Amino acid sequence: MTDATAATPPRGQGSVLVALLRRPRSAFGLIVILTMVGAAVFAPWLMPYDPNDQMFDGLSLEGAPLPPSSEFWLGTDLLGRDLFSRLILGAQTSLIIGVLANGIAVLLGATVGITAGYFGGWIGGILMRFTDLMMAFPALLLAIVLAAIFKPSLLIVAMVIAMVNWVQMARVIYTETRSLAQREFIEVQRAMGSSTFRILGRHILPHLVYSIIVFGTLGISTTVLLEATLSYLGVGVQPPTPSWGNIIYENQTYFANAPWLVFFPGLAIVLLALAFNLLGDALRDTLDPRLKGRH
Amino acid sequence: MSEPAATPGRGDAPRPVLTVEGLTIQVATPDGAQIVVEDLGFTLNRGETLCLAGESGSGKSMTALAIMGLLPQPMARIARGSIRLADGTELAGRRERDFRDIRANRISMIFQEPMTSLNPVMTIGRQLTEVLLEHRACPRAEAPARALDLLRDVQITDAERRLKQYPHELSGGMRQRVMIAIALACNPEILIADEPTTALDVTVQAEVLELIRALQREHGTTVLMITHDMGVVAEMADRVIVMRHGRQAEAAPVRTLFAAPQTPYARQLLAAVPRLGQAPARPVPDRTRDVVDVADLSVRFPMRGGVLNRVTAQVHAVEGVSFRISPGETLALVGESGCGKSTIGRALMGLVPWQGSIRIAGQQMAGLSPRGLKPIRRNIQMVFQDPGASLDARMKVGRQVAEPLIVHGLARGSELTDRVEWLFRRVGLTPDQMDRYPHEFSGGQRQRICIARALALRPRAIVADESVSALDVSVQAQVLELLRELQQEEGLAYLFISHDMAVIEQVADRVAVMNLGQIVETGAREQVLRDPAHPYTRRLLSAVPIPDPEHMRPPVLPREGEVGSPVRPLGQPPARNEMHEIAPGHWVARPAKSRAA
Repeated sequence: MTDATAATPPRGQGSVLVALLRRPRSAFGLIVILTMVGAAVFAPWLMPYDPNDQMFDGLSLEGAPLPPSSEFWLGTDLLGRDLFSRLILGAQTSLIIGVLANGIAVLLGATVGITAGYFGGWIGGILMRFTDLMMAFPALLLAIVLAAIFKPSLLIVAMVIAMVNWVQMARVIYTETRSLAQREFIEVQRAMGSSTFRILGRHILPHLVYSIIVFGTLGISTTVLLEATLSYLGVGVQPPTPSWGNIIYENQTYFANAPWLVFFPGLAIVLLALAFNLLGDALRDTLDPRLKGRH
Repeated sequence: MSEPAATPGRGDAPRPVLTVEGLTIQVATPDGAQIVVEDLGFTLNRGETLCLAGESGSGKSMTALAIMGLLPQPMARIARGSIRLADGTELAGRRERDFRDIRANRISMIFQEPMTSLNPVMTIGRQLTEVLLEHRACPRAEAPARALDLLRDVQITDAERRLKQYPHELSGGMRQRVMIAIALACNPEILIADEPTTALDVTVQAEVLELIRALQREHGTTVLMITHDMGVVAEMADRVIVMRHGRQAEAAPVRTLFAAPQTPYARQLLAAVPRLGQAPARPVPDRTRDVVDVADLSVRFPMRGGVLNRVTAQVHAVEGVSFRISPGETLALVGESGCGKSTIGRALMGLVPWQGSIRIAGQQMAGLSPRGLKPIRRNIQMVFQDPGASLDARMKVGRQVAEPLIVHGLARGSELTDRVEWLFRRVGLTPDQMDRYPHEFSGGQRQRICIARALALRPRAIVADESVSALDVSVQAQVLELLRELQQEEGLAYLFISHDMAVIEQVADRVAVMNLGQIVETGAREQVLRDPAHPYTRRLLSAVPIPDPEHMRPPVLPREGEVGSPVRPLGQPPARNEMHEIAPGHWVARPAKSRAA
């Protein structure tokens, strides 16, 4: 059926990308994200100094950290390490956790939401009561408890964040699936004799993709923020591995004397969260075929 | 309103109360400004009823909203033209704040859907008194009494009790009466009614239309009525403006329009209106075998309640229904909303749990697992009411038509493509439309796609549940014609579910009338429609608007006895109707009175 018309323009990934780049806000988001991903991937080549090297000339004669200069672009920290290099390596940690934790959260949340929403009944009841329970539990407390039980590592921190973050996704997907399952075109499928698997895969999921992508991208920003919070509280990624959150944590007490140590990692977090939010918003508008060709 | 004794407007020199001149309305769309109403002009004379008639997208509702100052902001605006009241008050370009004195006091509006127009968390009484006080129509102390008077004016039964009730406790017809009471609370000169009866059952529609006429006689209110239904036009209008694509296609007094339409569009529109009593001849179906054989079908839904959430009552949606349909034959199920007619269609498709016996092409469906049902499903397919809702908005239509073939493993690859192309041509579409999405099609085209999908498995029977109700009349006629052609060529059996008597007369061989989940009368089309024996059928038929202003429909027959309810306490099923044959093939339930005795 693909060769039947040339009249309708092809609608692939390429055109979505073009649509995103055409709008200034989403283009900004995309560029920020790509820059940060690039920095994380090419970190070994981009870092001007070894991020863990406690350089002698990284400190003033009095032993204080150095402010930004032509030598150390973003200054140095308390131990004389180059902040710019640590931020680049920290991008790696933050992004890995962002993608990993959020991926797990999306997968778990969507599965729970679709199952509960489509089948309803006692399965749905149990799943959603469990979700409510998780929602009622203070997220940060849960994360701290989980992080305290398991020894914090990159993977564990990602899992902990996922355990906290899947709940919102499950709620959103559940509500949407419920209303979708009662729509007439799904009824048509049942009348046709389509298998449940086919209905879920071919007709429910495509309608959810947009919510999943949008909430997925929005979720990355909350994930990065939560990682920063956990690291800040000392239960996240453990030093000496830098993450944006634990860089702030390490240096918070010197904020008055060396503000750059808090400002630059904070700015990185804000920029990344903002970029993913902008991208998520833009994707929501772009992915709907009914709105295709507009804007 | 100071001279209610005379019936102004008719016969007297017409006195305009509203003048519209050169009205042009623009709507901002992503593709730039679009003109939805262009250069429309008319005068509304005191005491008359002017109908704006037209199909969807003709701009008739936009015109009404413009007069009320309710155009959706900021997308729509009046680009040019003027809307003036009799005293010279200009309405076009008026600010929202200044509109409030006009609304309710001078012009009121009632809408299609009374449920969404009423506030669900306020009692009827509160909503009425609120309008009265808001517009200072009467002192606070008198408001409750005034509210009661208003409800009595619109002939609501049990008016005192209604004041304390909430909108959801009232029926659709009563809600529309409340809306009318609210609209008339401040004695406006003009009442704009935008499809006021479209969402109502035909008997309720007749009652509400009668009420509007009576109030108009009493108060001398001028009515501007927006409708797509030429039957309603014939019944209500003094003058008609037929609109098309935002322009006036024809304006004429109602009799002139129906007797001798001047423009081709008006002629075409009137020709497309199905009329009772003009039934086309139907080929005689082969009655030697049955495609659909339903016996003693019941569908009951449990209602839970109480502390333990146990089943306390049951909705007897369908109770002991039996019928048969032969190849090439159409059985029409009629009845008012909630009578169970759609539930029968859904039971046939296995979408609701049911008891009894359903045989499709000789195969029993009772007690089969979903896997066992699958081959039988091939023989029966369904076309739903709303083609927009029954198509997946995110899948290309070609794939959707192909789906039944894929699901049942009947075709693949190039054979599948060929078959889908053939189906597209079969329903009057072109194969190059297969790669589009549903939103790129019009309502009629979408219904054609749904029909193509239903035909994909070469079924022997098709359930058409209000399949043309959502379509404009001209499109409706085309889709009905397509269904007729397909039936003739493929020998399809149709179960045609509809509330529209005129449509049913067009398509049916036999008619079954349903009330409260049971069939009350069934027989050949002529027997049931020409010679109805059951009081319920008679009442239903007496309410159908006649699209001919020369023939005034007599008032709708009164309802016999109480309005029953299909909800029964557990263990108390409703009494089954006893059917008896009054003519060959014409079966009628014994009237409720003789059964109770």
